[in-house]
Amino acid sequence: MTHGGKNLEPKPYSNPYLVGLSLGLVLLAAFLIMGRGLGASGAVSTAVAVGVSKVAPEHASQNNFYKEYLGDETANPFKDWLVFQILGVIVGGFISGMLTHRVKVTVEKGPNISVRNRLIFAFIGGGFIGFGAKMARGCMSGQALTGGAFLNLGSWAAMMTIFAAAYGLAYFVRRQWL
Amino acid sequence: MMPYFKFDYFSVDFSLVIAFVIGIAFGFVLERGGFGNARILAAQFYFSNMRVLKVMFTAIITAAIGLFYFTWIGWLDLSLVYTTDTFLIPQIVGGVFLGIGFIVGGYCPGTSFVSASTGRIDGMVYILGIFFGIFVFGETLPLFENFFNSTPMGRVTLYDYTGLSHGLVLFLVVLMALGAFAAAEWGEKIMAKKNGRSAE
Repeated sequence: MTHGGKNLEPKPYSNPYLVGLSLGLVLLAAFLIMGRGLGASGAVSTAVAVGVSKVAPEHASQNNFYKEYLGDETANPFKDWLVFQILGVIVGGFISGMLTHRVKVTVEKGPNISVRNRLIFAFIGGGFIGFGAKMARGCMSGQALTGGAFLNLGSWAAMMTIFAAAYGLAYFVRRQWL
Repeated sequence: MMPYFKFDYFSVDFSLVIAFVIGIAFGFVLERGGFGNARILAAQFYFSNMRVLKVMFTAIITAAIGLFYFTWIGWLDLSLVYTTDTFLIPQIVGGVFLGIGFIVGGYCPGTSFVSASTGRIDGMVYILGIFFGIFVFGETLPLFENFFNSTPMGRVTLYDYTGLSHGLVLFLVVLMALGAFAAAEWGEKIMAKKNGRSAE
């Protein structure tokens, strides 16, 4: 905020190499303190597993995927590293956005697509990511970033495929962005 | 000795406080990078703004160098750091889905939470999509569980797989990142000239 609070224009984004260095140090702190890295899709998996088990407990208990996120019945499944971490992500993103005047209710899109179509694409993209994150055993945070830094073989394979697929498809969805 | 949690320096309950604090730092840094904005993220795939590559590779080599260094000086037991086992083919297939979701939706899961918390409606809708995708995965997994568990390779790193030393692989990764940074800076200049405006 500038003096007098008059200038509320969004500030420019930070230097990407400095951001990358900071992100790397956050990840390293997680490795050194907790012995594990960052993740994002895991928290949603927990929420989905709990939701399914509330509606259909029998059905959920027979599914290996849900069982993994529900754990044994001794502890609340939401008392989980990834769940608390994603709550932090929401808070941290909001704090940074407030400090830089970048919090704004809007839809991010290119000039050549309607809001409605952009939101449809957003839902479809989220669906692919959700499915892919489970198939790849982690998303960009868990595989590309965390596994990448660990020099994990499967993570590097997934990361390279992510970039290849996104570049391969970019031309066909360009109307959404350009 | 690190990782501290594995040596019982603190309880499981306190680890959740740490998770929350690390999450705040994670979200804060992602927002600083512009990753709460789908247009910035998507620009990576049209070569006009290479922030995704620059931030990701800088973060990866920073943390990778840290892991190597702390192990080398004997402060960290790397074998106690959790990493996912490799299931090569399902992970490559998963990567294709992740790449499609990234360019079609404009976010990855982590960045979509930052985008939603800074008011982006597309980010909120994207998160609903993630819930749906994971639900579909959960419901259909019994149909392809054999495939999902195929090509298991256990806990394997690039240096295990190639037989090279940890240090040498790290050095090659750092070289590759530096090359990628140079190419990204060069590519952005070309695109800026072509579009008649700067990358930002």
